[in-house]
Amino acid sequence: MVPLNWYMWLGAVVFSVGMFGFLTRRNVIIMFLSIELMLNGVNISLVALSHYMQDLRGQVLTLFIIAVAAAEAAIGLAIVIAMFRNRQTVHVDEIKEMKG
Amino acid sequence: MNMPDLQPLMPEIVFLGLALFVLLAELFIKSKETIGLMVIVSVAATAYMIPQSFGVTFSGMFISDGYSSFFKFIFLLNLILTILISIQYIQIERAEFGEYYTVLMFSTLGMMIMASAGDLIVLYLGLELMALSTYILAGFIRHDARSTESALKYFLLGAFSSAILLYGIMLLYGLTGTTDIMKLSSLLMKNGMRLQSIFAIVMVMVAFGFKIALVPFHMWAPDVYEGAPTSITAFMSVGPKAAGFAVIGRVFLTGLEGFSADWRLLLVVLSIATMAVGNIIAIQQHNLKRMLAYSSIAHAGYAVLGVIAGNTEGLSATMNYLLIYAFMNIGAFSVLVLLRNEQERIETLEQIKGLARNHPFASALMLIFMFSLTGIPPTAGFVGKFFLFRALVYSGYTWLAVVAVVFSAISAYFYLRVVMYMYMYEPEEGVTQDISTAAPLGLALLITSLMVIAIGIYPEPFVNFARLVVG
Repeated sequence: MVPLNWYMWLGAVVFSVGMFGFLTRRNVIIMFLSIELMLNGVNISLVALSHYMQDLRGQVLTLFIIAVAAAEAAIGLAIVIAMFRNRQTVHVDEIKEMKG
Repeated sequence: MNMPDLQPLMPEIVFLGLALFVLLAELFIKSKETIGLMVIVSVAATAYMIPQSFGVTFSGMFISDGYSSFFKFIFLLNLILTILISIQYIQIERAEFGEYYTVLMFSTLGMMIMASAGDLIVLYLGLELMALSTYILAGFIRHDARSTESALKYFLLGAFSSAILLYGIMLLYGLTGTTDIMKLSSLLMKNGMRLQSIFAIVMVMVAFGFKIALVPFHMWAPDVYEGAPTSITAFMSVGPKAAGFAVIGRVFLTGLEGFSADWRLLLVVLSIATMAVGNIIAIQQHNLKRMLAYSSIAHAGYAVLGVIAGNTEGLSATMNYLLIYAFMNIGAFSVLVLLRNEQERIETLEQIKGLARNHPFASALMLIFMFSLTGIPPTAGFVGKFFLFRALVYSGYTWLAVVAVVFSAISAYFYLRVVMYMYMYEPEEGVTQDISTAAPLGLALLITSLMVIAIGIYPEPFVNFARLVVG
Protein backbone atom coordinates (compact mmCIF):
# COMPACT_ATOMS: atom_id res chain seq x y z
CA MET A 1 0.00 0.00 0.00
CA VAL A 2 1.28 3.46 -0.91
CA PRO A 3 1.78 5.53 2.25
CA LEU A 4 -0.31 8.67 2.77
CA ASN A 5 2.83 10.81 2.87
CA TRP A 6 3.55 10.17 -0.79
CA TYR A 7 0.14 11.43 -1.84
CA MET A 8 0.47 14.48 0.37
CA TRP A 9 3.84 15.29 -1.17
CA LEU A 10 2.46 14.77 -4.66
CA GLY A 11 -0.44 17.10 -3.86
CA ALA A 12 1.92 19.69 -2.39
CA VAL A 13 4.24 19.51 -5.41
CA VAL A 14 1.39 19.86 -7.91
CA PHE A 15 0.02 22.79 -5.89
CA SER A 16 3.43 24.47 -5.77
CA VAL A 17 4.04 23.98 -9.49
CA GLY A 18 0.68 25.67 -10.12
CA MET A 19 1.50 28.52 -7.76
CA PHE A 20 4.92 29.00 -9.37
CA GLY A 21 3.32 29.01 -12.81
CA PHE A 22 0.73 31.59 -11.75
CA LEU A 23 3.37 33.91 -10.35
CA THR A 24 5.88 33.64 -13.22
CA ARG A 25 3.89 33.19 -16.43
CA ARG A 26 2.41 36.24 -18.14
CA ASN A 27 -0.08 34.67 -20.53
CA VAL A 28 -3.58 34.78 -19.08
CA ILE A 29 -4.48 31.32 -20.37
CA ILE A 30 -1.37 29.75 -18.83
CA MET A 31 -2.02 31.57 -15.54
CA PHE A 32 -5.50 30.17 -15.60
CA LEU A 33 -4.16 26.65 -16.27
CA SER A 34 -1.83 27.09 -13.31
CA ILE A 35 -4.80 27.82 -11.05
CA GLU A 36 -6.43 24.60 -12.24
CA LEU A 37 -3.20 22.80 -11.38
CA MET A 38 -3.33 24.23 -7.85
CA LEU A 39 -6.91 23.02 -7.47
CA ASN A 40 -5.93 19.56 -8.65
CA GLY A 41 -3.11 19.45 -6.15
CA VAL A 42 -5.73 20.07 -3.46
CA ASN A 43 -7.97 17.39 -5.00
CA ILE A 44 -5.23 14.72 -4.91
CA SER A 45 -4.54 15.43 -1.23
CA LEU A 46 -8.22 15.52 -0.32
CA VAL A 47 -9.01 12.19 -1.96
CA ALA A 48 -5.96 10.56 -0.37
CA LEU A 49 -6.85 11.90 3.08
CA SER A 50 -10.44 10.87 2.62
CA HIS A 51 -9.39 7.34 1.70
CA TYR A 52 -6.96 6.94 4.58
CA MET A 53 -9.37 8.30 7.16
CA GLN A 54 -12.30 6.32 5.75
CA ASP A 55 -14.37 9.49 5.73
CA LEU A 56 -16.38 10.69 2.76
CA ARG A 57 -16.30 14.44 3.37
CA GLY A 58 -13.01 14.87 1.51
CA GLN A 59 -14.37 13.23 -1.60
CA VAL A 60 -17.58 15.25 -1.41
CA LEU A 61 -15.51 18.43 -1.27
CA THR A 62 -13.45 17.20 -4.24
CA LEU A 63 -16.58 16.73 -6.33
CA PHE A 64 -17.71 20.23 -5.42
CA ILE A 65 -14.28 21.64 -6.30
CA ILE A 66 -14.42 19.99 -9.74
CA ALA A 67 -17.91 21.35 -10.38
CA VAL A 68 -16.99 24.87 -9.25
CA ALA A 69 -13.76 24.76 -11.30
CA ALA A 70 -15.87 24.03 -14.39
CA ALA A 71 -18.05 27.08 -13.70
CA GLU A 72 -14.94 29.12 -13.02
CA ALA A 73 -13.44 28.02 -16.35
CA ALA A 74 -16.57 29.11 -18.21
CA ILE A 75 -16.58 32.54 -16.61
CA GLY A 76 -12.82 32.97 -16.81
CA LEU A 77 -12.64 32.17 -20.51
CA ALA A 78 -15.62 34.42 -21.19
CA ILE A 79 -13.80 37.29 -19.49
CA VAL A 80 -10.63 36.51 -21.48
CA ILE A 81 -12.62 36.60 -24.74
CA ALA A 82 -14.25 39.93 -23.79
CA MET A 83 -10.78 41.25 -22.97
CA PHE A 84 -9.34 40.00 -26.27
CA ARG A 85 -12.13 41.67 -28.26
CA ASN A 86 -11.27 44.99 -26.64
CA ARG A 87 -7.50 44.77 -26.64
CA GLN A 88 -6.31 41.97 -28.98
CA THR A 89 -3.95 40.58 -26.36
CA VAL A 90 -3.88 37.93 -23.64
CA HIS A 91 -0.56 39.05 -22.19
CA VAL A 92 -0.99 40.54 -18.70
CA ASP A 93 1.95 42.92 -19.01
CA GLU A 94 0.12 44.69 -21.84
CA ILE A 95 -3.10 44.91 -19.85
CA LYS A 96 -2.22 47.93 -17.79
CA GLU A 97 -4.62 50.73 -18.48
CA MET A 98 -5.03 51.43 -14.77
CA LYS A 99 -2.05 52.01 -12.52
CA GLY A 100 -1.15 54.16 -9.55
CA MET B 1 -35.02 8.45 5.51
CA ASN B 2 -36.12 11.56 7.34
CA MET B 3 -36.20 14.96 5.72
CA PRO B 4 -33.72 17.51 7.06
CA ASP B 5 -35.28 20.53 8.68
CA LEU B 6 -35.49 23.16 5.94
CA GLN B 7 -36.79 25.98 8.12
CA PRO B 8 -33.37 27.62 8.74
CA LEU B 9 -32.74 27.52 4.99
CA MET B 10 -36.05 29.08 3.97
CA PRO B 11 -34.80 32.64 3.32
CA GLU B 12 -32.12 31.32 0.95
CA ILE B 13 -34.52 28.95 -0.81
CA VAL B 14 -37.11 31.69 -1.32
CA PHE B 15 -34.43 34.13 -2.46
CA LEU B 16 -33.04 31.61 -4.96
CA GLY B 17 -36.53 30.91 -6.33
CA LEU B 18 -37.22 34.60 -6.74
CA ALA B 19 -33.83 35.17 -8.39
CA LEU B 20 -34.64 32.50 -10.97
CA PHE B 21 -38.08 34.04 -11.42
CA VAL B 22 -36.52 37.44 -12.08
CA LEU B 23 -34.21 35.80 -14.64
CA LEU B 24 -37.22 34.39 -16.50
CA ALA B 25 -39.38 37.50 -16.12
CA GLU B 26 -36.61 39.58 -17.64
CA LEU B 27 -37.22 37.76 -20.96
CA PHE B 28 -40.74 39.18 -21.16
CA ILE B 29 -40.59 42.45 -19.25
CA LYS B 30 -38.56 45.07 -21.03
CA SER B 31 -38.92 47.84 -18.44
CA LYS B 32 -35.84 47.73 -16.20
CA GLU B 33 -37.65 49.73 -13.52
CA THR B 34 -40.15 46.88 -13.15
CA ILE B 35 -37.34 44.34 -12.85
CA GLY B 36 -35.65 46.49 -10.23
CA LEU B 37 -38.91 46.73 -8.33
CA MET B 38 -39.30 42.94 -8.47
CA VAL B 39 -35.84 42.51 -6.98
CA ILE B 40 -36.69 44.91 -4.17
CA VAL B 41 -39.93 43.03 -3.44
CA SER B 42 -37.95 39.75 -3.39
CA VAL B 43 -35.51 41.26 -0.93
CA ALA B 44 -38.38 42.38 1.29
CA ALA B 45 -39.90 38.89 1.23
CA THR B 46 -36.55 37.34 2.13
CA ALA B 47 -35.85 39.84 4.90
CA TYR B 48 -39.28 39.06 6.33
CA MET B 49 -38.43 35.36 6.54
CA ILE B 50 -35.04 35.75 8.21
CA PRO B 51 -36.21 36.30 11.82
CA GLN B 52 -38.39 33.17 11.65
CA SER B 53 -35.60 30.97 10.37
CA PHE B 54 -33.42 30.53 13.45
CA GLY B 55 -32.00 27.06 13.86
CA VAL B 56 -29.28 24.64 12.85
CA THR B 57 -29.79 22.12 10.09
CA PHE B 58 -27.96 19.51 7.97
CA SER B 59 -26.11 18.29 11.09
CA GLY B 60 -24.54 21.64 11.84
CA MET B 61 -23.56 22.52 8.26
CA PHE B 62 -25.97 25.42 8.07
CA ILE B 63 -26.50 27.78 10.99
CA SER B 64 -29.08 30.52 11.07
CA ASP B 65 -28.68 32.66 14.20
CA GLY B 66 -28.62 36.29 15.23
CA TYR B 67 -25.06 36.69 13.99
CA SER B 68 -25.80 35.43 10.48
CA SER B 69 -29.09 37.37 10.35
CA PHE B 70 -27.37 40.66 11.09
CA PHE B 71 -24.99 40.08 8.19
CA LYS B 72 -27.83 38.98 5.93
CA PHE B 73 -29.56 42.29 6.61
CA ILE B 74 -26.37 44.11 5.59
CA PHE B 75 -26.22 42.10 2.34
CA LEU B 76 -29.87 42.71 1.50
CA LEU B 77 -29.52 46.40 2.27
CA ASN B 78 -26.45 46.50 0.05
CA LEU B 79 -28.46 44.84 -2.74
CA ILE B 80 -31.38 47.28 -2.46
CA LEU B 81 -29.12 50.33 -2.50
CA THR B 82 -27.14 48.95 -5.45
CA ILE B 83 -30.33 48.31 -7.42
CA LEU B 84 -31.53 51.84 -6.72
CA ILE B 85 -28.33 53.45 -7.97
CA SER B 86 -28.00 51.08 -10.95
CA ILE B 87 -31.27 51.50 -12.81
CA GLN B 88 -30.33 54.61 -14.76
CA TYR B 89 -26.58 54.21 -14.53
CA ILE B 90 -26.39 50.98 -16.52
CA GLN B 91 -28.51 52.57 -19.24
CA ILE B 92 -26.02 55.42 -19.53
CA GLU B 93 -23.16 52.92 -19.66
CA ARG B 94 -25.08 50.93 -22.34
CA ALA B 95 -24.80 47.72 -20.34
CA GLU B 96 -28.50 47.31 -19.91
CA PHE B 97 -28.87 43.54 -19.74
CA GLY B 98 -31.54 42.05 -17.50
CA GLU B 99 -29.10 39.45 -16.18
CA TYR B 100 -27.47 42.27 -14.25
CA TYR B 101 -30.18 42.04 -11.59
CA THR B 102 -30.18 38.26 -11.39
CA VAL B 103 -26.41 38.06 -11.07
CA LEU B 104 -26.56 40.67 -8.30
CA MET B 105 -29.10 38.47 -6.53
CA PHE B 106 -26.95 35.35 -6.94
CA SER B 107 -23.97 37.17 -5.54
CA THR B 108 -26.05 38.23 -2.53
CA LEU B 109 -27.27 34.65 -2.12
CA GLY B 110 -23.64 33.49 -1.99
CA MET B 111 -22.93 36.01 0.76
CA MET B 112 -25.97 34.83 2.73
CA ILE B 113 -24.76 31.23 2.52
CA MET B 114 -21.30 32.32 3.67
CA ALA B 115 -22.72 34.09 6.71
CA SER B 116 -24.64 30.94 7.68
CA ALA B 117 -21.91 28.41 6.92
CA GLY B 118 -21.23 26.02 9.77
CA ASP B 119 -19.01 23.82 7.66
CA LEU B 120 -15.99 24.55 5.51
CA ILE B 121 -17.60 22.91 2.46
CA VAL B 122 -20.67 25.18 2.67
CA LEU B 123 -18.38 28.13 3.25
CA TYR B 124 -16.43 27.35 0.08
CA LEU B 125 -19.58 26.96 -2.02
CA GLY B 126 -21.06 30.23 -0.75
CA LEU B 127 -17.79 32.01 -1.35
CA GLU B 128 -17.54 30.78 -4.92
CA LEU B 129 -21.15 31.66 -5.71
CA MET B 130 -20.49 35.17 -4.46
CA ALA B 131 -17.11 35.50 -6.17
CA LEU B 132 -18.07 34.08 -9.57
CA SER B 133 -21.09 36.39 -9.77
CA THR B 134 -18.98 39.37 -8.80
CA TYR B 135 -16.40 38.62 -11.53
CA ILE B 136 -19.19 38.81 -14.10
CA LEU B 137 -20.52 42.06 -12.66
CA ALA B 138 -17.08 43.69 -12.67
CA GLY B 139 -16.82 43.07 -16.41
CA PHE B 140 -20.40 43.98 -17.16
CA ILE B 141 -19.62 46.86 -19.51
CA ARG B 142 -18.36 44.46 -22.16
CA HIS B 143 -17.35 47.08 -24.71
CA ASP B 144 -15.22 49.00 -22.21
CA ALA B 145 -11.58 47.88 -21.97
CA ARG B 146 -11.26 49.15 -18.40
CA SER B 147 -14.24 47.15 -17.19
CA THR B 148 -13.07 43.88 -18.75
CA GLU B 149 -9.55 44.51 -17.50
CA SER B 150 -10.87 44.91 -13.99
CA ALA B 151 -12.90 41.71 -14.31
CA LEU B 152 -9.83 39.83 -15.54
CA LYS B 153 -7.67 41.02 -12.65
CA TYR B 154 -10.38 40.28 -10.12
CA PHE B 155 -10.93 36.86 -11.61
CA LEU B 156 -7.26 35.80 -11.67
CA LEU B 157 -6.52 36.92 -8.12
CA GLY B 158 -9.87 35.70 -6.80
CA ALA B 159 -9.38 32.22 -8.28
CA PHE B 160 -5.81 32.18 -6.96
CA SER B 161 -6.98 33.03 -3.45
CA SER B 162 -9.71 30.37 -3.59
CA ALA B 163 -7.05 27.78 -4.44
CA ILE B 164 -5.05 28.89 -1.39
CA LEU B 165 -8.18 28.73 0.76
CA LEU B 166 -8.82 25.19 -0.46
CA TYR B 167 -5.29 24.11 0.43
CA GLY B 168 -5.86 25.49 3.93
CA ILE B 169 -9.21 23.70 4.19
CA MET B 170 -7.56 20.49 2.99
CA LEU B 171 -4.89 20.78 5.70
CA LEU B 172 -7.49 21.47 8.39
CA TYR B 173 -9.46 18.45 7.18
CA GLY B 174 -6.34 16.29 7.22
CA LEU B 175 -5.44 17.41 10.74
CA THR B 176 -8.88 16.99 12.26
CA GLY B 177 -10.83 14.58 10.06
CA THR B 178 -13.76 16.98 9.99
CA THR B 179 -14.86 20.09 8.13
CA ASP B 180 -17.25 21.20 10.87
CA ILE B 181 -16.17 24.68 11.94
CA MET B 182 -17.46 24.23 15.50
CA LYS B 183 -15.34 21.12 16.12
CA LEU B 184 -12.10 22.38 14.56
CA SER B 185 -10.59 24.03 17.63
CA SER B 186 -10.85 21.13 20.07
CA LEU B 187 -9.74 18.56 17.52
CA LEU B 188 -6.76 20.65 16.47
CA MET B 189 -5.69 21.06 20.11
CA LYS B 190 -6.08 17.34 20.77
CA ASN B 191 -4.10 16.50 17.67
CA GLY B 192 -1.09 18.45 18.89
CA MET B 193 0.51 19.10 15.47
CA ARG B 194 0.98 22.77 16.23
CA LEU B 195 3.23 23.77 13.37
CA GLN B 196 1.01 22.19 10.74
CA SER B 197 -2.08 23.73 12.32
CA ILE B 198 -0.54 27.18 12.20
CA PHE B 199 0.45 26.64 8.56
CA ALA B 200 -3.18 25.77 7.76
CA ILE B 201 -4.43 28.82 9.66
CA VAL B 202 -2.04 31.09 7.76
CA MET B 203 -3.28 29.70 4.42
CA VAL B 204 -6.90 30.36 5.39
CA MET B 205 -6.01 33.83 6.67
CA VAL B 206 -4.21 34.70 3.41
CA ALA B 207 -7.26 33.65 1.40
CA PHE B 208 -9.64 35.75 3.50
CA GLY B 209 -7.11 38.57 3.38
CA PHE B 210 -7.50 38.56 -0.40
CA LYS B 211 -11.28 38.67 -0.12
CA ILE B 212 -11.44 41.61 2.26
CA ALA B 213 -8.35 43.28 0.68
CA LEU B 214 -5.96 43.36 3.63
CA VAL B 215 -2.44 44.56 2.85
CA PRO B 216 -0.32 42.83 1.43
CA PHE B 217 -3.12 41.01 -0.40
CA HIS B 218 -4.81 44.18 -1.63
CA MET B 219 -3.10 44.83 -4.96
CA TRP B 220 -6.16 43.80 -6.99
CA ALA B 221 -8.53 46.19 -5.22
CA PRO B 222 -7.61 49.63 -6.68
CA ASP B 223 -7.61 48.46 -10.31
CA VAL B 224 -10.78 46.42 -9.92
CA TYR B 225 -12.64 49.21 -8.13
CA GLU B 226 -11.56 51.79 -10.66
CA GLY B 227 -12.43 49.78 -13.76
CA ALA B 228 -15.70 48.17 -12.68
CA PRO B 229 -19.02 49.99 -13.24
CA THR B 230 -19.42 52.47 -10.37
CA SER B 231 -22.61 50.84 -9.10
CA ILE B 232 -20.79 47.50 -8.93
CA THR B 233 -17.84 49.09 -7.19
CA ALA B 234 -20.26 50.27 -4.52
CA PHE B 235 -21.74 46.78 -4.33
CA MET B 236 -18.48 44.91 -4.03
CA SER B 237 -16.76 47.32 -1.70
CA VAL B 238 -19.45 46.52 0.87
CA GLY B 239 -20.99 43.09 0.25
CA PRO B 240 -18.07 40.71 -0.30
CA LYS B 241 -16.14 42.56 2.37
CA ALA B 242 -18.90 42.13 4.95
CA ALA B 243 -19.26 38.48 3.90
CA GLY B 244 -15.52 38.01 4.43
CA PHE B 245 -15.86 39.44 7.93
CA ALA B 246 -18.85 37.22 8.67
CA VAL B 247 -16.72 34.20 7.84
CA ILE B 248 -13.66 35.48 9.70
CA GLY B 249 -15.79 36.01 12.81
CA ARG B 250 -17.19 32.50 12.59
CA VAL B 251 -14.02 30.62 11.60
CA PHE B 252 -11.46 32.40 13.73
CA LEU B 253 -13.44 33.35 16.83
CA THR B 254 -15.27 30.01 17.16
CA GLY B 255 -13.54 27.50 14.91
CA LEU B 256 -9.94 28.36 15.69
CA GLU B 257 -10.41 29.80 19.16
CA GLY B 258 -7.64 27.61 20.59
CA PHE B 259 -5.08 29.38 18.41
CA SER B 260 -6.28 32.90 19.15
CA ALA B 261 -2.86 34.08 20.36
CA ASP B 262 -1.31 33.12 17.03
CA TRP B 263 -3.87 34.48 14.60
CA ARG B 264 -4.37 37.58 16.69
CA LEU B 265 -0.69 38.45 16.31
CA LEU B 266 -0.98 37.92 12.56
CA LEU B 267 -4.11 40.10 12.38
CA VAL B 268 -2.47 42.90 14.36
CA VAL B 269 0.37 43.03 11.82
CA LEU B 270 -2.02 42.85 8.86
CA SER B 271 -4.34 45.52 10.22
CA ILE B 272 -1.53 48.01 10.91
CA ALA B 273 -0.13 47.41 7.41
CA THR B 274 -3.63 47.78 5.93
CA MET B 275 -4.39 51.05 7.68
CA ALA B 276 -0.94 52.44 6.80
CA VAL B 277 -0.94 51.52 3.11
CA GLY B 278 -4.62 52.29 2.56
CA ASN B 279 -4.50 55.74 4.10
CA ILE B 280 -1.09 56.83 2.86
CA ILE B 281 -1.45 55.74 -0.78
CA ALA B 282 -4.94 57.26 -0.94
CA ILE B 283 -3.26 60.65 -0.50
CA GLN B 284 -1.66 60.40 -3.96
CA GLN B 285 -4.85 59.46 -5.80
CA HIS B 286 -6.56 61.93 -8.09
CA ASN B 287 -9.19 59.54 -9.36
CA LEU B 288 -12.06 59.48 -6.86
CA LYS B 289 -12.94 55.83 -7.46
CA ARG B 290 -9.33 54.87 -6.88
CA MET B 291 -9.18 57.05 -3.79
CA LEU B 292 -12.31 55.36 -2.45
CA ALA B 293 -10.73 51.97 -3.26
CA TYR B 294 -7.75 52.76 -1.03
CA SER B 295 -10.13 54.18 1.55
CA SER B 296 -12.07 50.92 1.49
CA ILE B 297 -8.80 49.02 2.05
CA ALA B 298 -8.11 51.25 5.05
CA HIS B 299 -11.62 50.69 6.41
CA ALA B 300 -11.09 46.91 6.26
CA GLY B 301 -8.07 47.55 8.46
CA TYR B 302 -10.25 49.37 11.02
CA ALA B 303 -12.96 46.71 10.95
CA VAL B 304 -10.40 43.98 11.66
CA LEU B 305 -9.63 45.74 14.98
CA GLY B 306 -12.91 44.45 16.43
CA VAL B 307 -11.97 40.88 15.55
CA ILE B 308 -8.60 41.42 17.22
CA ALA B 309 -10.38 42.58 20.38
CA GLY B 310 -12.00 39.19 20.10
CA ASN B 311 -14.86 39.49 22.60
CA THR B 312 -18.58 40.14 22.18
CA GLU B 313 -17.99 43.86 22.41
CA GLY B 314 -15.34 43.80 19.67
CA LEU B 315 -17.29 41.60 17.29
CA SER B 316 -20.46 43.65 17.67
CA ALA B 317 -18.40 46.82 17.07
CA THR B 318 -17.09 45.30 13.83
CA MET B 319 -20.60 44.36 12.70
CA ASN B 320 -21.89 47.78 13.56
CA TYR B 321 -19.00 49.35 11.71
CA LEU B 322 -19.75 47.28 8.60
CA LEU B 323 -23.38 48.41 8.68
CA ILE B 324 -22.35 52.06 8.97
CA TYR B 325 -19.69 51.56 6.32
CA ALA B 326 -22.37 50.18 3.98
CA PHE B 327 -24.36 53.41 4.27
CA MET B 328 -21.51 55.87 3.96
CA ASN B 329 -19.57 54.07 1.27
CA ILE B 330 -22.55 53.36 -0.98
CA GLY B 331 -23.57 56.96 -0.37
CA ALA B 332 -20.21 58.25 -1.59
CA PHE B 333 -20.37 56.04 -4.68
CA SER B 334 -23.96 57.16 -5.31
CA VAL B 335 -22.74 60.72 -5.62
CA LEU B 336 -20.24 59.53 -8.23
CA VAL B 337 -23.06 57.74 -10.05
CA LEU B 338 -25.06 60.95 -9.84
CA LEU B 339 -22.25 62.79 -11.59
CA ARG B 340 -22.06 60.32 -14.49
CA ASN B 341 -23.74 61.94 -17.48
CA GLU B 342 -24.13 61.03 -21.13
CA GLN B 343 -21.02 62.93 -22.17
CA GLU B 344 -18.39 62.00 -19.65
CA ARG B 345 -17.39 60.18 -16.53
CA ILE B 346 -16.73 62.62 -13.72
CA GLU B 347 -14.18 60.74 -11.68
CA THR B 348 -11.19 62.91 -10.98
CA LEU B 349 -10.59 65.69 -8.48
CA GLU B 350 -10.03 68.21 -11.31
CA GLN B 351 -13.46 67.44 -12.74
CA ILE B 352 -15.31 68.12 -9.50
CA LYS B 353 -13.69 71.53 -9.01
CA GLY B 354 -16.34 74.05 -8.06
CA LEU B 355 -19.11 71.50 -7.96
CA ALA B 356 -20.72 73.42 -5.10
CA ARG B 357 -21.39 76.36 -7.47
CA ASN B 358 -23.31 74.25 -9.94
CA HIS B 359 -24.84 71.65 -7.65
CA PRO B 360 -24.90 72.72 -4.01
CA PHE B 361 -27.11 69.84 -2.97
CA ALA B 362 -24.97 67.07 -4.48
CA SER B 363 -21.89 68.67 -2.95
CA ALA B 364 -23.53 68.84 0.47
CA LEU B 365 -24.30 65.11 0.29
CA MET B 366 -20.71 64.33 -0.70
CA LEU B 367 -19.60 66.49 2.22
CA ILE B 368 -21.66 64.41 4.65
CA PHE B 369 -20.25 61.13 3.33
CA MET B 370 -16.66 62.41 3.36
CA PHE B 371 -17.06 63.62 6.97
CA SER B 372 -18.51 60.28 7.89
CA LEU B 373 -15.70 58.33 6.23
CA THR B 374 -13.19 60.48 8.10
CA GLY B 375 -15.06 59.87 11.35
CA ILE B 376 -16.12 63.37 12.29
CA PRO B 377 -19.12 63.70 14.66
CA PRO B 378 -22.10 63.87 14.42
CA THR B 379 -21.92 61.40 11.54
CA ALA B 380 -22.18 57.63 11.72
CA GLY B 381 -18.51 57.10 10.85
CA PHE B 382 -17.57 58.62 14.20
CA VAL B 383 -19.87 56.28 16.10
CA GLY B 384 -18.50 53.23 14.29
CA LYS B 385 -14.90 54.12 15.00
CA PHE B 386 -15.67 55.13 18.57
CA PHE B 387 -17.11 51.73 19.50
CA LEU B 388 -14.32 49.88 17.67
CA PHE B 389 -11.59 51.75 19.48
CA ARG B 390 -13.41 51.45 22.79
CA ALA B 391 -13.63 47.67 22.44
CA LEU B 392 -9.96 47.63 21.54
CA VAL B 393 -8.94 49.66 24.60
CA TYR B 394 -11.04 47.50 26.93
CA SER B 395 -9.34 44.34 25.72
CA GLY B 396 -5.91 45.77 26.39
CA TYR B 397 -4.78 46.98 22.97
CA THR B 398 -4.59 50.68 23.83
CA TRP B 399 -1.45 51.18 21.72
CA LEU B 400 -3.20 49.71 18.67
CA ALA B 401 -6.14 52.07 19.17
CA VAL B 402 -3.69 54.98 19.24
CA VAL B 403 -2.12 53.78 15.97
CA ALA B 404 -5.58 53.52 14.40
CA VAL B 405 -6.50 57.05 15.52
CA VAL B 406 -3.29 58.41 14.01
CA PHE B 407 -4.07 56.80 10.65
CA SER B 408 -7.63 58.04 10.92
CA ALA B 409 -6.26 61.56 11.29
CA ILE B 410 -4.11 61.06 8.19
CA SER B 411 -7.22 60.01 6.27
CA ALA B 412 -8.79 63.42 6.95
CA TYR B 413 -6.33 64.89 4.44
CA PHE B 414 -7.63 63.08 1.37
CA TYR B 415 -11.29 63.01 2.38
CA LEU B 416 -11.41 66.71 3.13
CA ARG B 417 -9.44 67.47 -0.03
CA VAL B 418 -12.51 66.33 -1.97
CA VAL B 419 -14.56 68.85 -0.02
CA MET B 420 -11.96 71.54 -0.69
CA TYR B 421 -12.03 70.90 -4.45
CA MET B 422 -15.82 71.09 -4.46
CA TYR B 423 -16.17 74.26 -2.41
CA MET B 424 -13.03 76.34 -2.85
CA TYR B 425 -12.27 76.24 -6.57
CA GLU B 426 -13.85 77.68 -9.65
CA PRO B 427 -15.28 75.12 -12.09
CA GLU B 428 -12.90 74.04 -14.87
CA GLU B 429 -13.58 75.16 -18.41
CA GLY B 430 -15.15 72.56 -20.66
CA VAL B 431 -16.31 70.15 -17.96
CA THR B 432 -20.04 69.50 -18.14
CA GLN B 433 -21.17 68.86 -14.61
CA ASP B 434 -24.63 67.65 -15.51
CA ILE B 435 -26.15 65.42 -12.91
CA SER B 436 -28.55 62.55 -13.25
CA THR B 437 -32.15 63.13 -12.24
CA ALA B 438 -33.23 59.52 -11.70
CA ALA B 439 -35.74 59.16 -8.86
CA PRO B 440 -34.38 55.79 -7.56
CA LEU B 441 -30.90 57.26 -7.29
CA GLY B 442 -32.33 60.17 -5.30
CA LEU B 443 -34.05 57.69 -3.01
CA ALA B 444 -30.77 55.83 -2.43
CA LEU B 445 -29.02 59.10 -1.60
CA LEU B 446 -31.83 60.07 0.74
CA ILE B 447 -31.68 56.74 2.60
CA THR B 448 -27.91 56.70 2.93
CA SER B 449 -27.52 60.32 4.00
CA LEU B 450 -30.40 60.13 6.49
CA MET B 451 -29.02 56.93 8.00
CA VAL B 452 -25.49 58.35 8.23
CA ILE B 453 -26.82 61.29 10.21
CA ALA B 454 -29.41 59.30 12.20
CA ILE B 455 -26.89 56.71 13.38
CA GLY B 456 -24.46 59.53 14.15
CA ILE B 457 -26.95 61.34 16.37
CA TYR B 458 -28.77 58.42 17.94
CA PRO B 459 -26.61 55.27 17.76
CA GLU B 460 -28.06 53.31 20.70
CA PRO B 461 -30.57 51.09 18.86
CA PHE B 462 -28.01 49.97 16.28
CA VAL B 463 -25.25 49.35 18.79
CA ASN B 464 -27.57 47.47 21.13
CA PHE B 465 -28.96 45.43 18.25
CA ALA B 466 -25.48 44.32 17.21
CA ARG B 467 -24.64 43.45 20.83
CA LEU B 468 -27.86 41.53 21.20
CA VAL B 469 -27.32 39.32 18.18
CA VAL B 470 -23.74 38.47 19.11
CA GLY B 471 -24.38 37.89 22.80
